[in-house]
Amino acid sequence: MVNVQDHTITEAKESMPATGFQVVFREFLKDKLATMSLVFLLIIIFGAFFWAPFVDKEALMQINLRTIFMEPGEGGFFLGTDQGGSDVLGQLVIGTRNSLFIAFSITAITMVIGVLLGLIAGYYGGLIDNIIMRVTDFVITLPMLMLIIVFVTIVPKYNQFTFVLILSAFYWVGTARLIRSKVLSEARRDYVNASKTMGTRDFSIMLKGILPNISSLLIVELVLNLAGNVGIETGLSYLGFGLPPNVPSLGTLVGYASNPDVISNRWWVWLPASLLILILMLAINYVGQAFRRAADSKQRLG
Amino acid sequence: MWKTIVRRVLVMIPQLFVLSLLIFGLAKLMPGDPFTGMITPQTDPNVIEELREKAGLNDPWYVQYYHWIVNAFHGDFGDSYAFKDSVSSLIGERALNTFWLSLFTVLLVYLIAIPLGIYAGRFQNSLFDKGTVLYSFVTYAIPTFVLGLLILFFFGYKLDWFPTSGSVDVKYDAGTWGYFMSKLYHLILPGFTGAILGTTSVIQYLRSEVIDAKTQDYVKTARSKGVPMKKIYSKHIFRNSLLPIAAFLGFTITGLLGGSIFIETIFGYPGMGQLFIESLGQRDYSVITALVMLFGFLSLLGSLLSDIIMSIVDPRIRIE
Repeated sequence: MVNVQDHTITEAKESMPATGFQVVFREFLKDKLATMSLVFLLIIIFGAFFWAPFVDKEALMQINLRTIFMEPGEGGFFLGTDQGGSDVLGQLVIGTRNSLFIAFSITAITMVIGVLLGLIAGYYGGLIDNIIMRVTDFVITLPMLMLIIVFVTIVPKYNQFTFVLILSAFYWVGTARLIRSKVLSEARRDYVNASKTMGTRDFSIMLKGILPNISSLLIVELVLNLAGNVGIETGLSYLGFGLPPNVPSLGTLVGYASNPDVISNRWWVWLPASLLILILMLAINYVGQAFRRAADSKQRLG
Repeated sequence: MWKTIVRRVLVMIPQLFVLSLLIFGLAKLMPGDPFTGMITPQTDPNVIEELREKAGLNDPWYVQYYHWIVNAFHGDFGDSYAFKDSVSSLIGERALNTFWLSLFTVLLVYLIAIPLGIYAGRFQNSLFDKGTVLYSFVTYAIPTFVLGLLILFFFGYKLDWFPTSGSVDVKYDAGTWGYFMSKLYHLILPGFTGAILGTTSVIQYLRSEVIDAKTQDYVKTARSKGVPMKKIYSKHIFRNSLLPIAAFLGFTITGLLGGSIFIETIFGYPGMGQLFIESLGQRDYSVITALVMLFGFLSLLGSLLSDIIMSIVDPRIRIE
């Protein structure tokens, strides 16, 4: 008797279309490059976060005249040393950790702001939508990069938290716009109307009804935003307007290349960080595209 | 048509107003004023105070804002204390360089992107198409400064084919052929960097546009009346796909302005983006304020331009 029941259950499972993470899983199974990107990303993320606490931060901050610009392998420095005589590999590990952490923070904050505003604008429509969208449209046309740089230079007591807040104040607009356009059509669906007639509160409908239905879009947006934020943070740090000097970023290492001697003769100082940023961006974007395909049944490979 | 344009321009006015208020507020938050640079241990604080009073720095903020806006409309943004020159003449000099770089970049973007996008769309799933898709994926993901540095490193330093900084060789006089060639020579590396990054969206858009066009009625009609395939692509589809691309122009300009900060810094190109970074280093706030205002105005103008071209090209989005 028990056997028969088991049998029917497995059969029922097989006939059901793949849902949720099954789709994502199948998509990654089909696309070897996406799987490799994901594995690579996880290795980098876990590697950086677990290795970073073991790096001697004091030694990196000190200037050691005897070890200036050592080539890779020389004096026990696997990736050589920079103009201050500090180990490049150690800075690379700490920089990766900091850059990823900052990018995660900005992504989290901008996603929360963007999703909430997008939900409210798309769900209520009318005047509320109009106001939120006018503000969004305005922020999008601002010269964001310049304003961020100006804010970074004039904010008193500048540290990594203010940096995250300044960037988040600008970069929520893209998400808000996207979510709003999706919610606008979703909020006119039958299940939302049914919920309304049953007297469910608006915020319940938004968070428990609509939000799960646009979750696939959210994941794609999350991953692509993460890639964008890694690029923005490292770029600003490269220019010298990113993370404060006591918090080295991947961009800080690349920034040493503004010295003509470093860029032409000391490639080991800036090239590993540049290539790491490039590979990170490619991997995150590739994973994001796999998610996007999984979210759209027309584009699926698996 | 005109209604749309007039309405779109009217929308821009409050945007400009808010932008100017925002930037004025930022300028007030910046430490110091134009006279801070003149203070030496010998200066009498009363003299500075008198100068401040004369310049209207002790007036209420709305009076100061009014003076600032009136002066800005006359092209007067005050003086730069670091460069000892008026801000407008300082920016004017650099703006021309940025203009040439942007023009060169936009030309390159369309020269590269149009054939790539059209051929990739025409021969979908061919090796060429796959290569183009890969190219646009990589250029989409790569940050401006990483691409710029790699290009500078290989073509500027390792191969030594191109100059690594500046906008023109000092040994030539303005107006000669050598001067022009030297300018062009200096534009190549920064121009290609900007162009490679700019092609991504144009290629992707054009490619999907051509793929969509294949199944559309006007193409079927052309085929059934016996127009050769080559002509359908070069005349019918090309024209139809190109119009929306023209509308991208405004956004391309906006994107270029943002990118110019990185590209001009990396290639040591004396344009507005580099001036911005230099002024920040010297805390030259009058220049910074003027540049942010100018870039903000140009981005608004860019999106206005895009919307106007779009409404000319596509009658469906006109406001009646």
